[in-house]
Amino acid sequence: MKLTNEELLEMQRRMLRIRLFDERASKMVKRGQIPGTVHTSVGQEAQVVGACMAVRADDYMTGNHRSHGHPIGKGSALGPLMAELLGKATGICQGKGGSLHLADFAVGSLGESGIVGSSIPIAAGAALSSKLLAQDRVALAFFGDGAANQGGLYEAMNLAGIWRLPVVFLCENNQYALSTPAATVTSGRIADRAHGFDIPGVRVDDGQDVLAVHDAVREAADRARRGEGPSLVEVMTYRFHEHSEGLRLSTDYRDAAERDAWLARDPITLFRERLLADGVAAAEALDALEAEVADEVEAAARFALESPLPEPEVAFADLYTDPSAAEVAA
Amino acid sequence: MSQMTYLGAIGAAQLEAMQADERVIIFGEDVEANVYGTTGAGKSRQAEGDFLQLFGRDRIRNTPISEEVMVGAAAGAAMTGLRPIVDLSYSSFLYLAMDQFVNQVAKNRYMFGGQASLPVVFRSAMFYGLSTGAHHSDRPYPMFMNVPGLKIIAPATPSDAKGLLRAAIDSDDPVLSFEAVPLWGSKEEVDDGEYRIPLGVARTAREGEDVTVVAISGAVPEALAAAEALGDEGISVEVIDPRTLVPLDTEAILRSVRRTGRLVVADPAHRTCGAAAEVSALVAELAFDALRAPIARVTTPDMQIPFSPALERQLYPTRETIADAVRGVCGRSREEAMA
Ligand SMILES: Cc1ncc(C[n+]2csc(CCOP(=O)(O)OP(=O)(O)O)c2C)c(N)n1
Ligand SMILES: [Mg+2]
Repeated sequence: MKLTNEELLEMQRRMLRIRLFDERASKMVKRGQIPGTVHTSVGQEAQVVGACMAVRADDYMTGNHRSHGHPIGKGSALGPLMAELLGKATGICQGKGGSLHLADFAVGSLGESGIVGSSIPIAAGAALSSKLLAQDRVALAFFGDGAANQGGLYEAMNLAGIWRLPVVFLCENNQYALSTPAATVTSGRIADRAHGFDIPGVRVDDGQDVLAVHDAVREAADRARRGEGPSLVEVMTYRFHEHSEGLRLSTDYRDAAERDAWLARDPITLFRERLLADGVAAAEALDALEAEVADEVEAAARFALESPLPEPEVAFADLYTDPSAAEVAA
Repeated sequence: MSQMTYLGAIGAAQLEAMQADERVIIFGEDVEANVYGTTGAGKSRQAEGDFLQLFGRDRIRNTPISEEVMVGAAAGAAMTGLRPIVDLSYSSFLYLAMDQFVNQVAKNRYMFGGQASLPVVFRSAMFYGLSTGAHHSDRPYPMFMNVPGLKIIAPATPSDAKGLLRAAIDSDDPVLSFEAVPLWGSKEEVDDGEYRIPLGVARTAREGEDVTVVAISGAVPEALAAAEALGDEGISVEVIDPRTLVPLDTEAILRSVRRTGRLVVADPAHRTCGAAAEVSALVAELAFDALRAPIARVTTPDMQIPFSPALERQLYPTRETIADAVRGVCGRSREEAMA
């Protein structure tokens, strides 16, 4: 797949946004500026951005608890996302969703889910809308290796298969569900499970290579757009941080040698080297890009910190579209 | 006006809505063949009014037996421009999709700060009192009343079924419709034109002075029969049918109780945390001063549903048990009434 230099640099920009946003969020959790916890995509940026940039800006997307990368990868502005993590009035969900429930309908993000596997059927429904309303949109459903053992995924794959829905099921196989190694709870290869539904199932073995992810997802998305139905793409990757920030969960479940081997394959460093080698950009330009993103993330953090908290009555709004329903119920 | 059964009225509302708006689609198990009788006018595929012939397979869709994805996909479709009606057949099958109902359908608008709206209707039939046994006899609406974000209708007459369902389909919020199978065959004159009954407005099914009976779903005809019999004993009973359980027309219930001073709630659901419990609590909180006797609930006891008709029949509110409860709150025993 031939991408323009602008597209390649945009990939690096979005990966950097995720990295710096998540590292900033991690610090803010530890400083108590973010209530609760967050799950970062640090180390998985290529898997996220490769997929998000293989679909169009108006395509639909659903996600999971490892939630910031998806909307950022899809092109969300950082300020309202960061403000949401802090529970501020200017948050993308007005402070009612938090990290686990980011959604940005403006970029097709129909919502991240705190319940593992639960958003996958939503993507199937969005794909049905696209098909019946002749919108030519694809739905990209992100979920982890842990979620791959939820039954709803298979109901959704079957339905999407039989109705030829334009869905790309994207399994982010970071090889652990919290502390549980995927290999100990997963019979067979996840990608192969697609074959039982007579839909393509491919595995991207090097999920640290943003272009490899992009190509696989692009093929699946193109196929979906042509009306040929869903695909499953499993991407092998690794999370560099703990399962979630600041929870002080025990950390000794991952082998040190395994971890070091993956840490040595930082997707952003790898892509930078590639951009340099291919003459897409000079080192100074890439440094400038990094500085630009750092400023952007800093500005988002400042925006979030300086934003007001929501007024208490906001807690009682938006249960229904029809406000009188909530009043009668109260 | 024409004679319509309850089931026919549901079919009529669906037909109207499908004709009025292309974004309305119906999916569920066995809807193409009109097995449950609400997606076609006649019994046979050929009969005029068959939905599959009228609207085609894009808009009338058989699903696999996969309740979780049926409900979740309906939510996703509703969030992106369609207005699905999902036929879940038996109410007992809603449990299979509990995560989607509670965590997605009910929460998505709220938790995303109002970005989503979910114009979707989930219809299901409560097959109780028909020897369908423990797995097919549920009346689970109270569980869903406990989930903020869902609206719930429980029509008791053909006219209400048509008007409420139409309003539910028009609503931009998710609505669960619980349809009592014992009412399926009931008939009355129904307006053939398009009309909507607003959600959250109760109906006074019978006016009376001495006791308010709030009756829900299949308990409504039983309460009316009880009221008729009690009239002969000199007890004047007002029967209020809330029709919508969420939002609940609290005002209408309070207004009636303030006048009569006595409340009986007849509810075919289980007793603990049931709809009757909620109605009773509201009246106790908000109209305690008007009460001249303790509130009485006539519900299904907290017991599973047995198969044998000899065992099952006694469990649900009947005209007799409702009448006994009314006599009780009036300080009369059945023996006194007979005397
Ligand atoms: C239904 C459900 N069960 C359990 C959890 C608790 N939980 C949150 S994340 C997680 C691990 C998920 O693993 P995976 O799907 O591989 O995603 P990853 O965190 O590795 O990105 C668990 C068990 C949950 N949120 N939802
Ligand atoms: Mg995982």
